[in-house]
This record gives sequence, C-alpha cells and structure tokens, in this order.
Amino acid sequence: MDGAAAAFSVILPDRALRIENLGMTQAAIPDAAIRVRNVSHQFGEVGEARHVRALLNTSLDIARGELLCLIGPSGCGKSTLLNVMGGLFTPTTGAVTVGTTPVHGPMPHDIAFIFQESALFPWNTIFENMILGMTFQGVPKSEREDRARRALEAVGLDEFAAHYPSQLSGGMRQRAALARALSLETQILLMDEPFGALDEQTRMVLGEDLSVLLSRSKKTIVFVTHSLGEAVFLADRVAVFSARPGTIKEVITVDEPHPRKPEFMTSAKFHRLRDQLYGLLHEEIRKSMSQSAKPKRAYEDQAKGDS
Amino acid sequence: MSSPRRKFKDRFASRLVQVGFLVVVLLLWYLATTRWGVNKLLLPNPLNVWDQLADVIRKGEYLNDLRITLTELAVAFVISTVSGTLLGYAISRSPYLIKVFEPLFAGIYSIPIILFLPLYVLFFGLGPASKIALGTTISFFPVVLSTIAGFGNVDKVLVTAARSMGASDYQLFRFVLVPAALPVILSGLRMGFTVALLSVIGSETIASLAGLGHRIVNLAENMDMARMFAYIVFVIAIAASLNTVVSVLEARGRRQR
Repeated sequence: MDGAAAAFSVILPDRALRIENLGMTQAAIPDAAIRVRNVSHQFGEVGEARHVRALLNTSLDIARGELLCLIGPSGCGKSTLLNVMGGLFTPTTGAVTVGTTPVHGPMPHDIAFIFQESALFPWNTIFENMILGMTFQGVPKSEREDRARRALEAVGLDEFAAHYPSQLSGGMRQRAALARALSLETQILLMDEPFGALDEQTRMVLGEDLSVLLSRSKKTIVFVTHSLGEAVFLADRVAVFSARPGTIKEVITVDEPHPRKPEFMTSAKFHRLRDQLYGLLHEEIRKSMSQSAKPKRAYEDQAKGDS
Repeated sequence: MSSPRRKFKDRFASRLVQVGFLVVVLLLWYLATTRWGVNKLLLPNPLNVWDQLADVIRKGEYLNDLRITLTELAVAFVISTVSGTLLGYAISRSPYLIKVFEPLFAGIYSIPIILFLPLYVLFFGLGPASKIALGTTISFFPVVLSTIAGFGNVDKVLVTAARSMGASDYQLFRFVLVPAALPVILSGLRMGFTVALLSVIGSETIASLAGLGHRIVNLAENMDMARMFAYIVFVIAIAASLNTVVSVLEARGRRQR
C-alpha cells in the first residue's frame, strides 16, 4: 500500500490540475442522477503480477434522463466505472452518489444492470426470469405478472414468454434482458456493452428500439460501448476514455432529439461527430495496444516459470 | 432433423439389437451346458438356474440378506450424500479451499480404496459396520468432487446479475447457485450410488457375516452353482432396478430445478 500511496502522491498534483480543468469545461450538473467524484480503482495489490490500475481519478456527472455513452480502448476501465457506479465494485478511492445517496453496494431500487451476455437464468423461462428479477428486488407478488407482461410487450417479446433463453437468438435474449431491467422500474439503467456480442444489423435495430423506448421512459442510461457509430447514434453525451489507467479525456455532446431515426446515421452531423470521436480515440487505442502487448508477454513468461 | 417416426424406428432397431445380443448369450450358455459338455460345476444349465431363482423367490429366503445389503447401501449413501454435499459446498465458497482440496480428493478418488477393506474389518468388525464404512468412503469422493465442481463453476455474471437485482444470500443460493449446480451434483450422486452398491456387495463377498454378497460366496463354497447363479441374477435385477430408479430421479431433479 505504501507503494500505491507514493505513486498517487507523485501523480496527484498533475491530475488534480486536470480535474480542476474538467470541472471548468464539464461544469458540475445540478441535481445530477449520478455523481462520480475522483474515483480510482485498482485490481490486485501493487507488486502483484495481476495488479492493474483500471481507473484513475475520474469525475463525472450524469444528468437525469440523459443517455451517456462511455467509450474507450479495451481495458481502459469503462466497464469498471460502470460497475463502480452500480455498487458492484467498491472503488479503491473516490465516491459515487446516486441522487443524494452514497453508493456502497447494489441499489436494486434505483439501478438496473444489463450485461454483455444476457445474464438470463438458463433454467427459467423468459417469463420466470422476469418474475425472479422482481422477486429479488422485492416487488409485491400481486404486481409481478402484470409488470412482466408489460415489459415483454414493450420489447416485443410477449409471444416468447414461455421460451427458455437457449431457444432465443442472441438479439432476442438481449431484448429479454432489457425487459427484465425495465420490469424493475428503476430510474437508472447501466448497460455494459449490451449489444457487443451481436451482429451489426441486429445491433442497429436494437439501438433504434432503445432510442424509442428511451424517449418514452425518461430513464437515465449509462451505456458502455466500443462502437463509435452506436455511441453517436444513441448518446446525448459521449465520454471518451484515455488508455489505462483510464480517465475521462473529453465529453462530446450529441445534440439530437430522441427517438432518433435511421436517417440520422447518414447525416453530415453524424459523420462529423463520429470523426471527431475517432480522432480522440485513435491515439488512445494505439497507446493501449502498445501497453497491453508488453505486460501480457511478461505475464506469460512468469506463468511459464511458475509451472 | 429426423422425424419422430424415424426416431422411433431407430430406437426400436437398437433395442432389438440389444435384446438380440442377450438372447444369443443365453443361447450360447444353454448350448455350452447341454451340447458342448461344459462341467456343471463351472457353468450350470440356465433352465436349472431359472428353477432355483423361482425357488429362492417363492421361499422368500433372500429377504434377510436383501434387507442387510440394502440397509448397508442406504446408510452408506445417505452419509456420503450429506457429508459430501455439505463439505463440497463449504469448500466451493473459497477459491483457496478449492485449490487445496479438489486435487487432494481427486487423488484419493483415483486409488483403489477397497484395499483398505482388511483395515476396515479390523476397525469395525465383520458385520455391516465395515461395509457401511467402506461404501461411505468410496461414494463420498464422487459426491464431494461433483459438488465442488457444481457450486464452484457457477457463471459469475449470473451471480452478479442476481446481486444487482437485490437477491439476498438465501435467494442467491435457492434460485441461482442450486439450480446452476444441480445437474453436476446429481450426476455425482448417481455415480456415488453406483460405487456404493458395488463396494457394499463386493466387500460382502470378501469378508462378511450376512448379505447378498455373503450368500453368493457361501453357495459357491458349497458348490451349489445353480443356486449361486440364481442369486447373481437376482442381484443383477436388484442393481439394475435401483440404478434405473436413481437415473429417473436424476432426470426429474434436472427438470424441476
């Protein structure tokens, strides 16, 4: 721990300056849905082979009702930040508040998660999955079936209630996972590359559906993606991460009302924003690729030496 | 995709081959004893065996031995099931304990534990206690290993998802861990049952005072081959029906999780 403290004291003055800057350009949002303050997170202890500094001194405000995309090179800590926001990880330092409540663990009444793999329970039908989620959250028994049905209708899966997840396509499974999250009626949805494992056509259609749903529901959504197009198409704001240890490099605003039409994807504005994003990301991706190549080899050598 | 009709035909055909195989074996057995002059002391006439089997069942002579063997089996299986699943679950909660105990148990499981039978007889006597102890020891390992594997390999994202939706410890156990682990545990239990049956009857034939295995060895020592074969057929029938019951229960358990 001494090493970590020393490392932070070296880095802090410079970073503190940058946070100040961030505070100036990204003015704190009054009455934010989620506030992230100076969050750093590391996996493992300093000196261990597995030690990774995933997040460094990240601050961010998420406004009520907005869809914010987190985008960045792989391994930059965007999923880590999402998990910290949802109380699934306790950050090494820093704090997150949802509304006025400090986050110290899962907040099932305020926050629902959607994961890259659908995380539906394979031994339950889609309908049973809905019911079980609400059972966990503590919804009264009398309301569960009704809410499950409404959520399935909202994503167009009402005819598949009795199917098992393995009987559905990947896209349908993700819609079922979305329905399960919607049935929990939380104000906040945290989505961790929810369409990442799907083909591009399915992903685009689900994106359009999500935009429609969002315009009706007024939910606050944080959406992790590695797709530039998806980020620009869905987001009200896009937070761009630097390479590891990740921190937010810049936040771009996409000023376009929801629900967004497919035509938006061919507009000049869309392309300008996408290019701007790519410009910001390009350098970080190069950096992250060069840094990930080396430690990996070192790790493998060590593994060989161990065995 | 093959049609249901085609599937039925396939299944019927393979059943036919299986039954045909048994019929041929019986026929060869019969011919060996009547035509080819194989000594009656080595191989009795199957019709003779059939008569003896009918006699054993009619007189109810098997009842006491069957009761003893089944009691030994039941006690051994219950002890190994309860201890194996509880210990397996406790170990599966910690990656460190899994790393320590999983290879240890797998190692012990791979040695022929029946070698310890003389020791068990020394400790527990010639009666049922030594059979129960051996049956428990042998069936414990598949149960504990499958329980560790079942609870240890639950998909992490399912646990995270349940936690994020507010599942309590009990709900997580009841609705996520148990259903995820159950298929693996059930096949471990089925394996445990099979090896418990094997080791109970096996150890009865080596050193015992009563039980079906004891009876078979006793008849062999008295050169009563036809009756011994009748008992072997009887034990095979009992074992086959018990294994069928266990398989059906396993399949039902998988469906109802």
